[in-house]
Amino acid sequence: MKRTFKWMIALVAVLLIAAACSSDDSSDTTATTAAGGDETTTTVAAESGETVELVIESWRNDDLAIWEDTIIPAFEAENPNIKVTFAPTAPAEYNAVLGGRLEGGTAGDLITCRPFDASLDLFEAGQLADITDLPGMENFSSVAQSAWITDDGTQKFCVPMASVIHGFIYNADAFAEVGVEVPTTEDEFFAALDTIKADGSYDALAMGTADQWEAATMGFQNIGPNYWMGETGRIGLIEGTEKLTDQQYVDTYTTLAKWADYMPDGFEAIAYPDSQALFTLGGAAIYPAGSWEIGLFNEQADFAMGAFKPPVKAAGDTCYISDHTDIALGLNAASPNADAAKTFLSWVASPEFASMYANSLPGFFSLSNHEVTMDDPLAQEFLSWRGECESTIRNSYQILSRGEPNLENELWAVSATVINATATPEAGTAILQEGLEAWYPPQQSG
Amino acid sequence: MTTTSTHTDVVQGTSTKRWRFPAHVAVFLGPALLIYTVFMVYPLLDSLRLSLFSDEGAFVGLSNFRELLPGGSLSSSFWNALGNNFIFFAFHFLVQNPVGLLLAVLLTSHLMKRGRGTYRTLIFSPTVLSVVIVGFIWQLILSPLWGVVSTPLLGLTSTALPTLSLMSVWQFVGIPMMFFYAVLVGIPPDLIEAARVDGASGWKIFWKIIFPLLLPMLGIISIITYIANLNAFDLIYSVQGALAGPEFSTDIMGTLFYRSFFGFQLQAGSTAMGATVATAMFIVILLGVLVYLFGWAKRVETYEL
Repeated sequence: MKRTFKWMIALVAVLLIAAACSSDDSSDTTATTAAGGDETTTTVAAESGETVELVIESWRNDDLAIWEDTIIPAFEAENPNIKVTFAPTAPAEYNAVLGGRLEGGTAGDLITCRPFDASLDLFEAGQLADITDLPGMENFSSVAQSAWITDDGTQKFCVPMASVIHGFIYNADAFAEVGVEVPTTEDEFFAALDTIKADGSYDALAMGTADQWEAATMGFQNIGPNYWMGETGRIGLIEGTEKLTDQQYVDTYTTLAKWADYMPDGFEAIAYPDSQALFTLGGAAIYPAGSWEIGLFNEQADFAMGAFKPPVKAAGDTCYISDHTDIALGLNAASPNADAAKTFLSWVASPEFASMYANSLPGFFSLSNHEVTMDDPLAQEFLSWRGECESTIRNSYQILSRGEPNLENELWAVSATVINATATPEAGTAILQEGLEAWYPPQQSG
Repeated sequence: MTTTSTHTDVVQGTSTKRWRFPAHVAVFLGPALLIYTVFMVYPLLDSLRLSLFSDEGAFVGLSNFRELLPGGSLSSSFWNALGNNFIFFAFHFLVQNPVGLLLAVLLTSHLMKRGRGTYRTLIFSPTVLSVVIVGFIWQLILSPLWGVVSTPLLGLTSTALPTLSLMSVWQFVGIPMMFFYAVLVGIPPDLIEAARVDGASGWKIFWKIIFPLLLPMLGIISIITYIANLNAFDLIYSVQGALAGPEFSTDIMGTLFYRSFFGFQLQAGSTAMGATVATAMFIVILLGVLVYLFGWAKRVETYEL
């Protein structure tokens, strides 16, 4: 009896480990199987030769209503024999799920493209079609196309749709109440923060470091371009002529570290939705933002809002903004409806789409050269900086996050650490540079 | 009667050497075995196989594992995660077992006149909640903005992992409580009465009679907790995200595996490294289970009551 009991324990234990370990692997199988379904209808429609049905893969599930009610009806009105379905996946799962569907041959005809390497990898694997000669591609500048082009610049694989711009959104009522002016230089910015802090009715900056990416994206990538002079610094890092330990990066972090004094108490545990809620409930005066917040903030905040661009060092300095290429649309190389899909893509490159998309999603700005006017004043404010400042994109996105350790992930961790004051700006940049030197040859020479 | 007939059957079987496999056993075991093999054993073995190949599909032997050893690209993340896993387990072992036992003793105690079922249900109920809900509720309770404490417990490197461990203990303390409870109610009252007649104090009765009877169960609970903790992922992921901040202080092998296998943001996923981390997890768990089987289960005395 004693023996049997022990054997039972042993058996139970072994079964438990097996069960526990293998559950890790089963998840991607389910993702692939769950992806099936849409494809059968598409093929049937194509064979019948009359109406073609296109399926769009996307991570923008927030935009489902806009696609279904505005964008797709407008396209279908012009092209009655093409039916379009917008089929989004949750953002965090999109890359994994899309990969599974493309492998399994069940992906939709049109693929929403992440910027840079995620899409480049798909193109190099032959899963995205070459659309260099697509009518309409001439409407995009080279900066707009930079995120969806091969490293040698000869082949393009996605039609740029939208970019997001960084800056600060402020509570205009709070500014009037406390009596501060919209800052344009760094001194004015910190003076304004001091006044708001001394007044005490509002938290000065609505931000936390719990999720880490806000520190990097809304902090470092927001104010940084003014320090490293936009494209000059970004390309310098890629070519290896600048290092992350250079003064401009240390200075960025020195300034960022000063934010901690103006953030709410316990900001180390404040997550992204917390800071959003803090601002829209009227508890904070300034929100370090990306333009994608505009839609939500318009809906939730019941006070007047304004926006200002990242403050410059001294009045009159050239300003740089992060105008980050974020979304594009590509063609699934295995799509049976390539012609219809190309018609759709050309339409995406048209001025009509540019204006419709930008206005239904204020904060996602068209990347095309067409003149687009925005109805939303806050979005128009963000957009107007394109004319006043030099644009750049986030410096970790092109090439520099290809290796391990990954620069983007490191930026998240280091930016949060520097604001939490558990590392100095010098120590933080040293970690970044060390990580980059570990695998990126142009940074290894000196 | 029955005993004799089986006995003769066996004797006949062995003597004639024509023992036939009982078909009904196959019928009963077949479906479960098939499903288990296809969905559990095969993926497990395939994952072990994948860890020996590169992402391009070339056989690379054990060189993926070299990345986990000092000097390799994943080394610091891996050892940090492994250490955090053991801290996570230590909190469960040192807090969950005593608290679970205390609750079980209280539930079986004479002091508790009524409401036994209600308390049992209440204490057990967090166990059946979704981890996401538990994480979310605690995140709100501990939020410096909306919650009850102003210290950012989840945001400091020193407190984040202990806080998460205790959240998990809070959720799962009902399980050891139930196991201990089952053993405690199974102890015949005459044993205790006899000891009392012999003049043993309550303290002595607990350590000399009840505790030895609990030991085998303590082992089972600990090994189940060990396996669950080493495989943990969901709580950390739902509260701190895949980067397991601040500064990877709550990064455990589950989140490391997730980032390696699926990738994260701009980091590309790698099937090979994901499988390697998963295999390493398997080995660590296997070692723990072996220690349990040979170091504990063989030594501890099991009593027939």
